[in-house]
Amino acid sequence: MDYFDRFAVPHPSPAIYASMVAIGLTVIAIFAGLTYFKKWGYLWREWLTTVDHKRIGIMYLISALLMLFRGGADAIMMRAQLAAPENTLLDAQHYNEIFTTHGIVMIIFMAMPFIMAFMNFVVPLQIGARDVAFPRLNALSFWLFFMGAMLLNISFVVGGSPDAGWTSYFPLASNEFSESVGTNYYMFALQISGLGTLMTGINMITTILKMRAPGMTLMKMPMFTWSSLVANIIIVFAFPVLTVALLMGTMDRLFATNFFTTANGGMDMLWANFFWVWGHPEVYILILPAFGIYSEIISTFSRRNLYGYKSMVGSMVIISLLSFLVWTHHFFTMGQGALTNSIFSITTMAIAVPTGVKIFNWLFTLWKGKIVITTPMLYSLLFIPIFTIGGVTGVMLGMSAADYQYHNTMFLVAHFHMVIIPGVVFGMLAGLHYYWPKMFGFKLNDKIGKVEAWVISMSTLLAFMPMFFSGLDGQARRMYTYSESTGFGIYNMISMVGAVGLAIGFCLIVYNVYYSTRYASRDVGSDPWNARTLEWATHSPVPEYNFAMTPQVNSLEPFWDAKKRGHELFTGYYEKIHMPNNSGVPFILGCIFFAWGFSFIFGMWIPAIVTTIGIFACMAYRSFENDHGRYISVNEIQKTETSRGA
Amino acid sequence: MKIDNSLPLEYSTGQNQANILGFWIFIGAEIMLFGTLFAAYFTLVDRTGNGPTGADIFEIAPLLIETFVLLTSSFTIGLAIHAMRLGKQKAMMAFLGITLLLGLVFLSVEIFEFNHFYHVGAGLQTSAFTAILLTTLGTHGGHVTFGLLWGTAIILQIRKRGLTPETANKSFIFSLYWHFLDVVWIFIFSFIYLKGLM
Repeated sequence: MDYFDRFAVPHPSPAIYASMVAIGLTVIAIFAGLTYFKKWGYLWREWLTTVDHKRIGIMYLISALLMLFRGGADAIMMRAQLAAPENTLLDAQHYNEIFTTHGIVMIIFMAMPFIMAFMNFVVPLQIGARDVAFPRLNALSFWLFFMGAMLLNISFVVGGSPDAGWTSYFPLASNEFSESVGTNYYMFALQISGLGTLMTGINMITTILKMRAPGMTLMKMPMFTWSSLVANIIIVFAFPVLTVALLMGTMDRLFATNFFTTANGGMDMLWANFFWVWGHPEVYILILPAFGIYSEIISTFSRRNLYGYKSMVGSMVIISLLSFLVWTHHFFTMGQGALTNSIFSITTMAIAVPTGVKIFNWLFTLWKGKIVITTPMLYSLLFIPIFTIGGVTGVMLGMSAADYQYHNTMFLVAHFHMVIIPGVVFGMLAGLHYYWPKMFGFKLNDKIGKVEAWVISMSTLLAFMPMFFSGLDGQARRMYTYSESTGFGIYNMISMVGAVGLAIGFCLIVYNVYYSTRYASRDVGSDPWNARTLEWATHSPVPEYNFAMTPQVNSLEPFWDAKKRGHELFTGYYEKIHMPNNSGVPFILGCIFFAWGFSFIFGMWIPAIVTTIGIFACMAYRSFENDHGRYISVNEIQKTETSRGA
Repeated sequence: MKIDNSLPLEYSTGQNQANILGFWIFIGAEIMLFGTLFAAYFTLVDRTGNGPTGADIFEIAPLLIETFVLLTSSFTIGLAIHAMRLGKQKAMMAFLGITLLLGLVFLSVEIFEFNHFYHVGAGLQTSAFTAILLTTLGTHGGHVTFGLLWGTAIILQIRKRGLTPETANKSFIFSLYWHFLDVVWIFIFSFIYLKGLM
């Protein structure tokens, strides 16, 4: 290929030209709007340079919602292509790119930032801290994630999207079979955002271990904090494996090494193993924080304490250990022999035990509770049965002998959507409605919220249940079309209806945000749900310093005790509060990383060297900078507290 | 910032303690990183294709120099931290300087060794074995290079600001990093070179 050909749009289809125009217009509109309303300074001071964990959390949230729609558009296109046999809406190459980016966007750039949003926003509040342990590193984590996401998102208009599946198995992902720069985008987008995730992992573990309020021992931490701690420990141990795998894959593609080739000693299965040694724990990184959110919500709206706190913690720790011991179940059919398959079959099925413990704990929490059905609670109640369908089909897939029938069919696709959507997406949407008043100071509308929950959950069933049947009948995943005689047509048409339903459900969320922003009451107080944990003990929206005084903790539910049992949460007097200064370095470093990735993707070595030097220059600048933060005076605290009605 | 004088300087503030704990967790991630590289190495070690094996290309002399130099540097950085605890800034900077100098010698020998590998037909693209060998050694060497830049920055800061809770904290964390690189080298020495030479 000629040098400049690599930048060209690989699919001269109207849809891509339309997106190019749309991207151009959106960028112009954003720039024009910021200039017209004179908001550049505001954007820079309040958001781009912020190190406040709450604002960073909100930025993660916005990115996650945007990416939800980006991945959703991919999903709709896929379902539309498959809705009828021998459809020609998309060609094979375009379909390959779409299912690949759908997977990457939904896992790495939608689900991950969604859990990061809540970890960032909620964890420091739940443990009574002022911020995370390393606020500036936190900002850097966000910008690395964001720039990784942007890098992947420009791929389909500049040079072509990755097209070897989100798993990017070699040798398919090698230069020989994936000629476009798409897979380079995959390598660098994941590498850059993965670095950010690793930093978040270190940051959150340190925060949770070092910065808890006095009296909050490990076994008095709220369940969401526990789940975040476990998830972040998994992050720290799983992500370096991805780092190495991506490094080796990048070298194979850019420097013609022979790690995963089929010649000169290369071993393609090594990629599959490394990918899933990271990839399977990744699933639990996503699901555990969602479990944490469900625990908070179910306990709050059952008006009682969480049943089986210790077994909840124990089961999460067991899940985290087992998550590293099941990776080969993703490729039972790829030739590692009966003994290996049997061992991994058993470890896989063993995970169902601690997960089952958690499900029963939630059910026992509901038992004899005074259940209040609100939108977050409705999502949580819908999660339990739908997730169980996904869970038991997972045990079916985990039986290695039977897996030869299911492997790479739509049955598998149905299974993982039936765990990830109710497990992670419902959990995040429940969290969105639950924490919205804490973030923005008003509730999302409950009526619209309940309609959303029903539409989304029923559409999930409609979209994915038929895939179990077509999969058992032999419909392979990742095939862009099928013949009429297979009889898959009707199943896929039903799925299409479900997909449209999901799209409507997600649009309802946007409508709800719009409606509630305009009409919802701003007078909801700091504790609109009658909740139990510390994050509800401060004002909504939360002041910059979180708590004017450090809360004193003596039990699992200090805020509930303060309300019902006369526990003194805040004692003493105001003292000046030390806060970190804002910094532009994380954002600038993120931008340089974007240019760095882009240079490598296209093999532009001079910019690659320049940006590498730029990265080190930023780090050196940070090292030599003499920044001791600033203090918020007692006066200022008093003023803020009075204005919030303390 | 509250400074607790009953603790060593590098642990004296809450932020310092968080930094050190955070860095230990980072070392956990680094162990996974090198663990993955070693796993890849053991998988690919016999997959030499048409290229040479380890026994064909490994040389004893540069290996012994590298090992001796790096292990000594781990000792000198220990002395630097000891001097820091005693508050002897000059001695501390001298030992830190010696450490970096030894690191530089290590790096030069490693570059010489890479050059040798290339000339005996073990380039990056030759086989899966040479690729993983050079990647594993290169990742360690890259860490040492980064350490040299980092250590230099710390020396400059101590010269400018003296031994403060901040610079002491940075120096201590740097020493953890340097010791860790030494530990990785011991594994490389034993399981890549010695095993390969046998």
